[in-house]
Amino acid sequence: MLEDILGSIFSAGTFNQMLRSATPVALAALGGAMTEHAGIMNIGMDGMILMGAFFGVLGSYLFGSAAAGVAMVLAMGVVVGLFFALFVVKFRSDEFIIGTALNTLALGLTSFLSRSIFGTAGTKGNPALPTVHIPGLDSIPFLGQVLNDNSLFVYLTWALVLVMWLFVYKTPYGFWLRASGEKPETLRTAGIAPEKMKWLASILCGLFCGLAGAHLSLGQLQGTFAENMANSRGYIAFACVIFSKANPVMAFVAALMFGFFDAIGLRLQDYISSDLTNTIPYIITVVMMVYVVVRSQRRKRRAGGRLTRKQA
Amino acid sequence: MDEIAVRFEHISMAFPGVLANDDVSLDIKKGEVFALVGENGAGKSTLMNVLYGINTPTDGRVFIKGREMTDFDPKTAISMGVGMVHQHFMLVPSFTVAQNIVLSREPRKGKVFFDNAAAQRKTRELVEEYGLEVDPAEPVEELSVGLQQRVEILKTLYRGAEILILDEPTAVLTPQETDELFAVIRRVVREKGMTVIIITHKLYEVMAISDRVGVMRKGALVGVRNTSDVDERTLASMMVGRPMLYDELEKTGAPGDVMIQVQNLTVRDNRGLTAVDGLSLSVRAGEVLGIAAIEGNGQSELIEAITGMRKIESGHVTICGQDATGLSPGAIRDLGLAHVPEDRLATGLSRDATVTDNLLTGKQRRPEFNRFRFHQRTSTIERYARELYEKFDIRGAGTDVTVGSMSGGNMQKVVIAREFSFDSPVLIVAQPTRGVDVGAIEFIHSRIIARRNAGCAILLCSADLDEVFRLSDRIVTLYEGKITGEYTGPYSKQEIGLGMTGARHDGKEAAS
Repeated sequence: MLEDILGSIFSAGTFNQMLRSATPVALAALGGAMTEHAGIMNIGMDGMILMGAFFGVLGSYLFGSAAAGVAMVLAMGVVVGLFFALFVVKFRSDEFIIGTALNTLALGLTSFLSRSIFGTAGTKGNPALPTVHIPGLDSIPFLGQVLNDNSLFVYLTWALVLVMWLFVYKTPYGFWLRASGEKPETLRTAGIAPEKMKWLASILCGLFCGLAGAHLSLGQLQGTFAENMANSRGYIAFACVIFSKANPVMAFVAALMFGFFDAIGLRLQDYISSDLTNTIPYIITVVMMVYVVVRSQRRKRRAGGRLTRKQA
Repeated sequence: MDEIAVRFEHISMAFPGVLANDDVSLDIKKGEVFALVGENGAGKSTLMNVLYGINTPTDGRVFIKGREMTDFDPKTAISMGVGMVHQHFMLVPSFTVAQNIVLSREPRKGKVFFDNAAAQRKTRELVEEYGLEVDPAEPVEELSVGLQQRVEILKTLYRGAEILILDEPTAVLTPQETDELFAVIRRVVREKGMTVIIITHKLYEVMAISDRVGVMRKGALVGVRNTSDVDERTLASMMVGRPMLYDELEKTGAPGDVMIQVQNLTVRDNRGLTAVDGLSLSVRAGEVLGIAAIEGNGQSELIEAITGMRKIESGHVTICGQDATGLSPGAIRDLGLAHVPEDRLATGLSRDATVTDNLLTGKQRRPEFNRFRFHQRTSTIERYARELYEKFDIRGAGTDVTVGSMSGGNMQKVVIAREFSFDSPVLIVAQPTRGVDVGAIEFIHSRIIARRNAGCAILLCSADLDEVFRLSDRIVTLYEGKITGEYTGPYSKQEIGLGMTGARHDGKEAAS
């Protein structure tokens, strides 16, 4: 019995499932990392993902191609990002309220539009994103099974993680972005408006969350939209952002961790009630947050022990 | 040498409800150190923010090296050679020195990537050229305030500044750091031909460093003088618009019994580290004991411990001969202590309550204001509040407005009025004049000395060393939670400065 369970947990299937579950969370977390660096507490990612999921299917349904769906998602992502920045950056509204409003709005709007356009039965089987087969990878045992034949966005995510890491830590724009969140006035007196970086971060966040949604509806579910299909992944992504201190690579690792426990949960459904197994990723999230708190307190204590330097 | 670096022509700057600059015309010569002085709110910073492009003037024109400034934004100002070191440093704490210095003008690799090696190299070149020693790879958050200021100056130099504006640069520095800063200023002026504009309210610094001085009052420039032609007293009078009696405060009476006794006190800070380390001190009736320390050396925690706002780890506090260790703030006040806290907004006042309510705080239960310990006697309270309001020269829109709507100086007077009117035998005063203008400082100082002369034991803690010197009968220096020296007048700034940075005074041990 135990061997069965362990065998099923540490199978190639689990790790493949881990990648698939982690991808939307990782994409959204990349977006969240941008707003986090710009000093915006963004809890509206869940809504942004949901919008992406819906408009991806809508584009695919209307134009009969997944590429058109993705194009629509990108356009939508920019609009959502602009909308968010308009209130948070321009009007300086409370970001918590705007994030919540965005989530509620997205839930209502996508459900309404879905029913109006697709009817109560919803829509499925629209043109979906392709899976990518890498020839030769199959010959590697285990790893080949895990890494090969995934949906396009799984691979795109890896590339984006690297690109965004370079952007944040290796380009001047990344420095400006971080300065805009950490000490906006410093950036202003250096001659760059911090608001610009905040607008940029919001738009990037809209784009990434949109892609996360597109992966859910056009990738994982092969062109299907279901109401509230973001299913709190935006919040998990937010947890990943906090856990990783908005470092794209670490956020990806955190998302993988989430994905791993999500996959285990699915495996354990054969043995334990699914209501219980579904809670596993969320319990892990809570554990992650506890770790964050402990870490920051320990750091505070250490920082206090370190004396500032004397005059040279 | 009489080339004009900056020319202000009829600059006016209106903010909603205030005319911050009123028709200011001023020429600043190339290669001079120009000091700009004035009370808080006189418009000095506003004028300099115009020059740095942060404020767009409502009226008037600015010329930099003969070229008119058309766009008012920092980018333009920087490109025209203006650099500014703000009062609150404009540095990103998590970035390194080099990264802060090159921010917005980063050296790049392959057009898109930040070239960290080049940033450090350029920083090192500047460090060597100007002799401002600092490690380019060190994160700014780990530097002392004095070094952070160096980074700020280096930043303006990196951006090619020829006109350097320093906004109250010495407010956060120790006397030694101030001397070093002045040496740097002299060097850049003499060797690099830079023009330096320094905003300050410390008049002896004006005398020490500047060639010329401009005095502002209520938004207008009231006079420009050669520094050699004026003295501190003249400048003070110009600043407040009436003859200033910056006289010695008259101290009378002899010290009486010990009223505040602190023995082997150990207190931890918010991070759980020892902030006050086995400290002992005592203050007698009719005496002001001043604490001189650089921020973060335990003075705040010491005062919080004495007043019951912070847990005492070990040791004893005695107020008026009674043990006050571990008592609540209210119980300690009942022993005869009044306290002007260092942060008036955090612990000194209720921002949203009226002036009357704030003045009454702590006295609500007194029978004259209260019937049956339940019902407030409104008219008596209002009369009392108005009395204090006038007695302490609070200037505002009356006693019914919220304290939050008042200026910092008047808020501080509300705190002073409330605490001093307890007529308590013990008074703890922290930062009594932080952010308060010259006229009000004079008033507050005279009140403190009046309390002293009336036999009150006063423990004074202030970041303003001049204030500590002026008011104290004795001074102790505090460093990392320990007393490093005890001094009686006449005080030497250098000696006390050394004590504040940890050097022991005359071999006198703090533990004794």
